[in-house]
Amino acid sequence: MASIFAVESGGNVYQSSGWLLENVWLIPLIPAISFALILFFGKKMPKGGSELGIAMIGVSFLLAVLTAGQWIGQVNYADNHGTEQAHCFDFGDKHHGDDHGEDDGHAEGDDHGDDHSAAGLLLYPGETASAFFVEDGGDGNSSSPCPVISNTTWWSNGGQNFKVGTFVDGLTVTLLVVVTLVSLLVNIYSTDYVAGDRRYTHYFAFLSLFTASMLFFVVSENILQMIVGWELVGVCSFALIGHWWEEQPNSDAALKAFLTNRVGDMGLLIGMIILFFAAGETFSVFEINALANSGEISQNLLLIASLCLLAAVMSKSGQFILHTWLPDAMAGPTPVSALIHAATMVVAGIYMIARLYGVFFNGLSIGGSSINALALLGAVTCLAGAMLAFVQNDIKKVLAYSTISQLGYMALALGVGAWTAAVFHLMTHAFFKACLFLGAGSVAHSVHSFDMKESMGGMRKYMPHTYRTFLIGSLALMGLPPLAGFWSKDEILAGTGGWGLFGGTGGNGAYTFALIMGTLAAMMTAAYMTRVLYLTFFGEFRGAHHLHHDDHHEEEHADHGDIHGHADHGHDDHGHEAVPHESGPRIVVPLYILAFLALTTGFLNFPGGFQLVPKGWQLRFEHYVEPRSATEYFPKIAHATPSWTLAIVVTALVLCGAAASYLYYFKRVDAQGGTELVNGLTERNALAGWGHHALVNKYFLDHIYDSGPAQPASVATPAAGLWATAAGLGLGFTLGNGLDISMPWPIIWGGVAAVTIFLLVQSALLTGIGIASFVKKPMAYFINWFNKSVLDGVIDNTGKGAVAVADVVYHKIDQGVVDGAVNLAGAASSGAGGELRRMQTGKVQQYAALLFGGAAILAGILMFVI
Amino acid sequence: MFLWQFLLLSAILFCIGVYGVLARRNGVLVLMSIELILNAVNINFVAMGAFNGTAAGEVFALFVIAVAAAEVGIGLAIVLLIYRNRRSIDLHEVDLMKG
Amino acid sequence: MIPVLAVQTAQTIFFWVIAAVMIFSALRVVTTKNIVHAALYLVVVLAGVAMQFILLGAEFAGATQVLVYIGAVVVLFLFGIMLTRAKIGNEEKADHDNKIPAILTAVLLASVMIFAIFDWSSDLQFTVEKATTGNELGRGQIVLEEQSVRLVSDSIFSEYIVAFEAISVLLLAALIGAIVIARKE
Repeated sequence: MASIFAVESGGNVYQSSGWLLENVWLIPLIPAISFALILFFGKKMPKGGSELGIAMIGVSFLLAVLTAGQWIGQVNYADNHGTEQAHCFDFGDKHHGDDHGEDDGHAEGDDHGDDHSAAGLLLYPGETASAFFVEDGGDGNSSSPCPVISNTTWWSNGGQNFKVGTFVDGLTVTLLVVVTLVSLLVNIYSTDYVAGDRRYTHYFAFLSLFTASMLFFVVSENILQMIVGWELVGVCSFALIGHWWEEQPNSDAALKAFLTNRVGDMGLLIGMIILFFAAGETFSVFEINALANSGEISQNLLLIASLCLLAAVMSKSGQFILHTWLPDAMAGPTPVSALIHAATMVVAGIYMIARLYGVFFNGLSIGGSSINALALLGAVTCLAGAMLAFVQNDIKKVLAYSTISQLGYMALALGVGAWTAAVFHLMTHAFFKACLFLGAGSVAHSVHSFDMKESMGGMRKYMPHTYRTFLIGSLALMGLPPLAGFWSKDEILAGTGGWGLFGGTGGNGAYTFALIMGTLAAMMTAAYMTRVLYLTFFGEFRGAHHLHHDDHHEEEHADHGDIHGHADHGHDDHGHEAVPHESGPRIVVPLYILAFLALTTGFLNFPGGFQLVPKGWQLRFEHYVEPRSATEYFPKIAHATPSWTLAIVVTALVLCGAAASYLYYFKRVDAQGGTELVNGLTERNALAGWGHHALVNKYFLDHIYDSGPAQPASVATPAAGLWATAAGLGLGFTLGNGLDISMPWPIIWGGVAAVTIFLLVQSALLTGIGIASFVKKPMAYFINWFNKSVLDGVIDNTGKGAVAVADVVYHKIDQGVVDGAVNLAGAASSGAGGELRRMQTGKVQQYAALLFGGAAILAGILMFVI
Repeated sequence: MFLWQFLLLSAILFCIGVYGVLARRNGVLVLMSIELILNAVNINFVAMGAFNGTAAGEVFALFVIAVAAAEVGIGLAIVLLIYRNRRSIDLHEVDLMKG
Repeated sequence: MIPVLAVQTAQTIFFWVIAAVMIFSALRVVTTKNIVHAALYLVVVLAGVAMQFILLGAEFAGATQVLVYIGAVVVLFLFGIMLTRAKIGNEEKADHDNKIPAILTAVLLASVMIFAIFDWSSDLQFTVEKATTGNELGRGQIVLEEQSVRLVSDSIFSEYIVAFEAISVLLLAALIGAIVIARKE
């Protein structure tokens, strides 16, 4: 296999990388060209540009698969051949004044980046770096593959070279395949879903642009490029969420998404700048990681940079506190939600952490501790998202919160050091979440509504294909074996290392809280997905009223406006029985493909030591995707050993969660009819009722963001209390952990901070209320007087004064002086002209006289004077 | 011979010619005065040529004669035209360019 | 045999006589009110110029002067006078009324030029030497170095050939121009 995909240079130990690995910039370029072509020529094409988008993204997908093949060949070659190289890249003495202690065998005082090759090492920056292999430190028969970096300098200023290039390793090719595949399927799906839309061509153009931007982001070689890609995908997200911007809620949602992302982007910029300077003024991802891993950059600096970048991740990847835009983003068309807000864009933050893992691992001290900011953030997001998913009636919103929850899982995995688990979960999640979203779209497409309680139910008999694929997707999401979600989720939970009680799993630390929260979230996932399954596919069909109206194009729901995607309903063939119908093949086939992937992708990464499969099949994904620490840009992380016990216990708990929901919905609600139990728990129990209230209001986050603390005390005080506690604890833990302070102190500090913040907020609120009551009236009178006499008086007098001045200026100065001068100039010219005119008599002899006279005088001057 | 004789003669003829150009009212008489000027210049040329011992002065004088002949031809043609159009060649009346 | 001094004296005398006649005639050209007389006085001036040429040893120029100027140009003038119906006898409109500017300009010019002449060349002398072809008359006394016509022709057709060609074109242009201007429509 190696020889098919890779080129060997004869006689040389070093194998040059495959052509595609070096030219991977083609893969983002093709959708970009597609964007331009669709924008200019799409309207003239027979299918409105969609065929071009599908074709070109298909080509990109093919190239991505071939690139993956070449990378696999690369890794295989490395496994079978030794090498003598010690470094992937040699940076020379780029780091001013830093004393590496690294003796690379060359003299000091070399110029920046110039070629001083020693034993064939390719030096950075180069035009293209061939992939070299570094010593694995093991048997001498295998080596670790270096990433393939290819770049050019596009601008150079003040000694700093700005480069643009590609960085290809296992993570990159994984994302390339996932993004192009999901994008291709979404494009095919969209041809049916938005057929007849008012901006059909524009939609496909932006889908192509988004794909190009995401691919560009994924192959980025330096952090500047990553920032560009990050922003680009944000812009595409804005454009696509607001696709039906004529309806106000849609454009509001698009703005909310963009602005919330902007808040996080501040953190992105600050973090990247810190990294730039900390790494000795270089933007290169490889270099930054290598320096972070080697201890060159101080841990405090890395911590601050990581926290800033975490802010960006919070906004882009929907982690808690800045996740509020994601549910509202469901206002966009469903295929867009599937592509952007489930499978690809939201994982940009996760990808960034995975890519810059050296920074995060060392900055947050992920190895060997029991809590850190990222893990805490991920865990809280997991739970919070899962809890919120329970109270949604809109199927897309359930899936949105589920996405938030799963992104929390990925963040959690990265936070506990289970890198491969996170990336693997990214891949499996992309497939099954996209499957779920597209399935939801398929259902909504036929009932013209997203509200589960109002218009769905019993869809199982009307839409069997959608039901089957949705079921498979849900089972994968819940994490039931042998579907994909089980393998990835189990790997994450094993990686937390908190299973020490029951036989130990190793891992990078003992993140027990993460294990507990993750398991709870898994249970809740099972529960709410069962709820969704019941409300959508079982019971009686409640949406008949939606199908009767022929003119319900105008019927809009406040939460989303994408119901009426197509002009031709196909309802003409309905008689009096209005029933929904299964969607066409262009919708169903992608669903089946994704369901198949949800079924089988899990088998790519059987855990090590899994007795049921041969050793050669275990950990394939990890083998090809996870970078080896010998390559210097990846930290040395420990891998947890999976445990049968953990797997079985977690699966059992998940089944319990599903069972609870099953009992509630399938048995009791079904028996009663309708969609909820009458006189249910939340109505009987005040605490439960308040909890439900809090959940429905999304923890009052939107209240706080939208209108500030001017809320009635009944809402404000507990909300303030909640946030104060959370903020204080988080702050305390993070600082304590980051600064390596031993355990009880962070909690104490956290508690103190929490109480302080709470008191501050509370007193501010009360003071505000107190002042308002006693001082209102006189203050109002005073303000009114001030306004009328002082402010207005000043303004009036200013106005009158201005008028008087203007009068003087006009009459005296403008008319008199300025105009007089101008007139004088004119009169003078005219007079002079009149006098001088007399010189021209028209008599030639007079001119001749002047001529001769002048010549004589000139001659005289020449003679006498000169 | 002294050179200044010829140059003086030339200068005087030249100035008389200039006077004639400026003072005469009849177009043909102006042309005649111009001939005076040209001949004065010719004398100057030949005298200087003889003074330097070359034939250049003479040669140039020949050229001047040729040019003068051409110029008189054209000049008289124009005067004729003016006469035809205005029935008079009084230069006083030819002042259409009066500003 | 003729002593140099005698020749030179004769030359000087001849020069001054001819010069006086020329100047007088020139003055008459520009002052007479009779146009035909002016033309005739012009003939005198032109003839005087031809004589001066011969005095200066430029026989060819002198001959050409007579042929071209007196033979052609003056005839042209006479034709012009005839065609423009000049009055026989005095014409009132021969001079401007106000001659002062003309006089002033001429005087100014004259003074400048005369001053320049005397300033520069008051002591420059030359002799015109002509070689004989070997007859008894001039042997040993005055020697003709070269024949001037030969000199002139050599110059025209070698050194000044371009100017010669240009003059031919000029004459052609003048010829055509004159015809075009003066023809009857």
